[in-house]
Order: sequence, then C-alpha cells, then structure tokens
Amino acid sequence: MSEQVVTQPGGESPAPDEDRRDWAGTWRQITESSGLVVAMAIFAALVIAGLLVILVDPDVQEAAGYFFSRPGDTFAAAWEAVSSVYGAIFQGAVLNFDSSTFAGTIKPFTQTLTMATPLIFAGLGLGIGFRAGMFNIGAQGQLLIGATVGAYIGFAWHLPFPLHLALAVLGTAVGGALWGFIPGILKAKTGAHEVIVTIMLNYVALNLVAYLLTLEAFLPPGQTNPKSPIVDESAQYPLLLGSQFNLHWGFILALLCAWGVWWLMERSTLGFEFRAAGANARAARTAGMNVTKTTILVMVVAGALAGLAGSAPVLGTEKALTDQTAGSLGFDAITVALLGRSRPLGTVFAAILFGGLQAAGPTLQTVAGLRPDIVYVIQALVVLFIAAPPLVRTMFRLPVPAHEKEVAA
Amino acid sequence: MRNSIRIGAVAAASALVLAACGSAPEDETTTTDSTSGTENTAAAESVDFKACMVSDSGGFDDKSFNQSAFEGLERAESELGVEIVTAESTSESDFGPNLEAQVAAGCDLIITVGFLLSQATVDSALENPDVHYAIIDDLADNDFDGTIDAPNIKPITFETDEAAFLAGYAAASATGSGTVGTFGGLEIPSVTIFMNGYAAGVEYYNENAGGDVQVLGLDSFSGGFEDQTQGQNITQGFLDQGADIVMPVAGPVGLGAASAIQSAGDAWLIGVDSDWTQTAPDYADIVFTSVLKNIANSVFDTIDETVNSGFSTDPYLGTLENEGVGVSDFADGTVSDEVLAELDTIREGIIAGDIEPSLAE
Repeated sequence: MSEQVVTQPGGESPAPDEDRRDWAGTWRQITESSGLVVAMAIFAALVIAGLLVILVDPDVQEAAGYFFSRPGDTFAAAWEAVSSVYGAIFQGAVLNFDSSTFAGTIKPFTQTLTMATPLIFAGLGLGIGFRAGMFNIGAQGQLLIGATVGAYIGFAWHLPFPLHLALAVLGTAVGGALWGFIPGILKAKTGAHEVIVTIMLNYVALNLVAYLLTLEAFLPPGQTNPKSPIVDESAQYPLLLGSQFNLHWGFILALLCAWGVWWLMERSTLGFEFRAAGANARAARTAGMNVTKTTILVMVVAGALAGLAGSAPVLGTEKALTDQTAGSLGFDAITVALLGRSRPLGTVFAAILFGGLQAAGPTLQTVAGLRPDIVYVIQALVVLFIAAPPLVRTMFRLPVPAHEKEVAA
Repeated sequence: MRNSIRIGAVAAASALVLAACGSAPEDETTTTDSTSGTENTAAAESVDFKACMVSDSGGFDDKSFNQSAFEGLERAESELGVEIVTAESTSESDFGPNLEAQVAAGCDLIITVGFLLSQATVDSALENPDVHYAIIDDLADNDFDGTIDAPNIKPITFETDEAAFLAGYAAASATGSGTVGTFGGLEIPSVTIFMNGYAAGVEYYNENAGGDVQVLGLDSFSGGFEDQTQGQNITQGFLDQGADIVMPVAGPVGLGAASAIQSAGDAWLIGVDSDWTQTAPDYADIVFTSVLKNIANSVFDTIDETVNSGFSTDPYLGTLENEGVGVSDFADGTVSDEVLAELDTIREGIIAGDIEPSLAE
C-alpha cells in the first residue's frame, strides 16, 4: 500500500529523516504540524475577539475620549473589559472558584463536556465524510431525524432500563443513517452533488419534524404544543457523576465512538477504502475498489454518527423532541470537524473547546452582564483562521510545511 | 496607491488623536456627592430584590413576546428599583444552564418566557424550592394532571380570545367585501387562541347582526415566526380571495402581511400582542386595531406583587376584566358609534360570562 495515496495537504506530513534529529528539525516538525496552526488560530481568534470587546465597551469609549490627559484610564478600562469576558468564559466553562463547594467548582467543566457530547458525535461523522472527500452539510437533518426516531422509541415504547436505552440509542443511529443513505445513494448512482442534496434534506427533516409534532402520536395526550412527551426514564442516559451534574453516559459513548472511528479509519480495510476514495476516487476505482459502495457507506456511517448526536438532547439533556432540538448543532459540528482536522482526537478536543464556549454563555450573561454573541464571534474567527492556514503562518512567521512546498513547486 | 493608504492612515490617526483630546473628568468623589444624593431620591428606592428572566431562542429583541416580557422587567427595574439579570437562550440546550446560572446569581424571582422552557423551569423549581418562578404562556404542567408541577411556579397565561372576539366582531362589521382573514405562525395554543376568538367574534356578528361574513385561513400557518415573505404570500392569497381585513398571529411574520396590505391599498391589518401603530409605525395607517396581550404588565405586576406583598403561585390570567388583554383604538372612520356601543355590551357579556368568546370545539 502506497502511503502517498492517503497523505493529503493539511494532514500529517511524512516522517522526516531519522538523522535530522537536531533542534531545528524538531522545531520544524512541531511547526509543520497542523496542531500548531490550530492552536495559533485559536489564539489569534481570542486576541481579536478581545480587541472587539475593548472597542465596543462603553467604559473604554468614555475613557478613550480623554486618552491624552489620562491614558491610564483607557488601559484600565480595556483590561477590565477583556478580563471580565475571559474571566466569565473561564468561570462558565472550566472552574468556578466563586463556588464554596468542590462540586460547584468543577461543575462548569462537566457542563462543558455535556455541551461537547453532541458535537463530538456529529463532528466525528462529518470528519469521516471530509476525509472520504464528501462535503456533508447534512448533519443537522441527520441529527434531527435520529433524534426523532430515538425520542419516539423513548416515549412510545415502554421497556426495562438497559434494553430501552440501547434501542433508543440504536434508533438515533438508524434514523441518522437513513438520512445519510439518501444523499449517499443519490451521489453514488446519479452523481447528484452531496452538498446540495444534504442542504435540501436539512429542510425536509426540519419540516417533517414540525409536521410530526402536530400528530397525536408525537404529542402528549390532549396537547397541541409542538413538544413530544418526555422520554421514559428507562430510555434516558444515566447521569455520569450523580444528580448534581448534567453530564451523562452519552459522553462516554461519544468517546467510545471516537475510538471506534479512529480504528475504522486507521486500522480497518474499509477505512482505508474511505480515505483512498477521498484522496483520489479514480485511482481507488482503478485499484479495484468499489467506490459506489464506499460513497454510500461513508454517508451511512456519517449519518449514523450525526444521528447519535441527536441522542444527547433527547435522551440526555432535554429529554423531549421539539422542532428546535437540533439548534445549530449540525452546523457547529462542521466547524468542530474542520478545527479537529477531521481526526477523532482532534474532533474531541475541538468539541470540548466549542462546548466550553457554549457552556460559558449563561455565565457571560448573568455574571458579567454581556451578550452571549461574543462566543459566536470567537467561533467564527477560529473558523476563519483555520480556513486560511497561510494567513496564520504569515502572522506567526511559521515555516511552510515541506509537502506544501512540493505542491507549489 | 501606497501614498493614498498613507494619507488615509494619517487622517485616521489624527481623527483618533483629536477624538482623544478631551479632558479627563475631575475626581468625582467629593464634588458631586450632594447632587447625586438628590438624584437618588427622585429615582425609585432601591430594594434588595433580584428579578431575573430567561428568554426562549427568539431572544429579547424578537419584536414579540420575549421583548414584551423584557419591557415589563425593565419597567420593574426603573419603577420598583429591583436589580435585574437576564439570560438569552440561543438554543434549547441553554435553557437549563441559563436557569442554573440565575439561581447561582442569587435571583429571587425567575421569569421564563414561553412553553418551550416549561420542563426546564419545572426541573429548576423542584431543585430550588426557595427560589420563585413564573412562566409566561404556559401552565407548567408537564405531566398533564391539571396541576402545576412544582409548588413555587406562577403560571402567566392570557385569555386572548376574549380580545380577539371583539376585534373579530368589529372586523365583521367593518368589512366591505364580506370576507376577512387570519393566519398563525405555528399551530400552538398561544397562537390558535387568537384565531379562534377572532372567528368566534365574526360568527357572533353573523348570528346577532345578520351578517354573512366569511373567515379565511383558520387552518393557515406560516410555519414559524421568522419568514416575512411567507406572511406576504399568505396575505396576498387572502386579498386575492377578496379579504379586506387580515389578522396575522405570527410575530414579525405579520410585518410581511402588513407590507402586502399596504401595497394592496384598500385593506386593513389587525395587529397582535402590542399596539402596532406604536411598534410598527411604518404601517400605522393600515392598522384597523390591535389585539393587545399585555405581557409587559403581567411581568411588572408579578414582580410588584412578589416584592411588596409576597410571592403567590396563583395563576395570573390576563382577561378583558383585568385589562391583561384588550383591543386598541379602531382606525378613524372604520367602526360606527353604533358598533362601538355593541362592542361595549359584548365586552360586558364576556366579562360576565354570558358570551363564550371561542368557537365550540
């Protein structure tokens, strides 16, 4: 098997010569890794978001009005503004030192992991698609259909605990897989572009769920609010750390899935075929792989993972289905997969980062009195920098990776 | 090219420098104590009370019920001197954490806006029996046994059909074409109750004043509260079928309806929730009347009651009688004095319970 086939730009560079184990070589190795670019992109995003916070802060504006007579005020106000934002993000997403109990102190981090859970699932699914050359925008719809099937099993069937949960979780995966299968087979058999088809299927899914939530079968008896009954306790993820925390076993399942995806992509023949089809579909076909089958399977697996993401809200946190269950998870997950460079471990860390930013929203508002939009600004800036690695390299004067130089030459 | 960039940079820099040349304020601690003291007495006396609010994913600037609720909260801040804390939800996964953050911030009363927050409110209320809660447009009854699920939640709901009934009756009396229309955003109780009361008002006019007015769109929904184009399309459809008064019950989607009516020229709009001659002044000349749902008042009253006479879980029900719902003034020359007198009688009848303001199921 030729290693060349699967090495993509932006992926890990080929191992350097063993002889060049000097400091410069090590440095080069670190800087060439996309990990450093990612870290710098996050850093740059935080700095620029900080500048925006300073610019819009009323105290800073007031102090800047007399900058030359007392410049210290401006800097103090700027520092105050930035530290309150990042302080609130830390307090809301990592550790809360204001709390008197240990549980209260670590609660923000458990909340971060809870928020990260659906992003891990969906990010993993999207990552598989990206590495197989499929730009799947449909995680939102796949997640929603998965959540619908899982929630229905959860509230309409009545079974004992482990079995009920297992079936409901399986249901989310099957629902998502079905919604991934449609663009997969359309792409494989007719060449319909997956970007268009998945975007459109998002709308189909949303309106389908809105319709289902007008049917008696999906509503509590006698109710017309578009919100399903609460799923049975036997179908809910048990809490991982007791009732003080919202963190549930879905997080562990997400980590298991991350390991499973790593094994699939790096160790299994099927995963090799996925990657080969992504690197060069024609070459893969010439090498005797069934690219049609691969295309469908990639979308089915990606859909199943996105569907599992739907299990986090309906079986974990909100425990009921509404037409807003998906929120913006399916789209945030695209960012997470890109940030994680489509690798399972990277996706887990990226999801935790984004989960943290989202978990900080309530604290930003209630403690610091800020609008939560700054979180979206940071997320968007991260994406912007990730999407433009040369920009980050130029900003931080990182050398261009060897394999990209070759491409340019 | 490079020169022009330099010139631009110099200009921008000098603008900044000039802007920054103001003089620093004097140290205020000694000089302004007396004046600020007098100002304080003019403002509401500050009380040690934290009133908090969590929005649904519409946010507090939704030109609809989140915004009305927020206005009530702001009024409580300025008139009662309570401290307010707000948290906007951007998605459903924010509901629980927002409530937790407000409990942690030491809120005395937490008001949640909309039925979507029902379960999260009940969960939080059960965990924090010392904190008071109120929820708007929901009965906090998620096990559907007819009682509130937690002992510390006050439900705030509105009999908007009573007011919509009056608007329907007036519309039926004023229509020139014999056809009026309505549509909703989603088929949810807080929306359909408007449409139902409106249709009942028209029917009451048909029975008692010998009219033959038809209502279009009792099953029409725009599928959400965002897409104004939808509102425009649906309304255009009504106008094409001869309707000349339309009541959109769909928040901002109603603005689309308003623009369709304005371009048609010879039709009227009925606003909902707030007085649209105030909130949508661009369309003030086509507003027939508005069916008012006084969420801001209910929020203010709830906070006022909790601060001054203690929290009570008695449901707040906005009615014609307590002016929690109502209709705004009719457009000039549309409703005759005769009909106005009849409306007063009907209002009395509804308050007394003699007139059923909704269609029989």
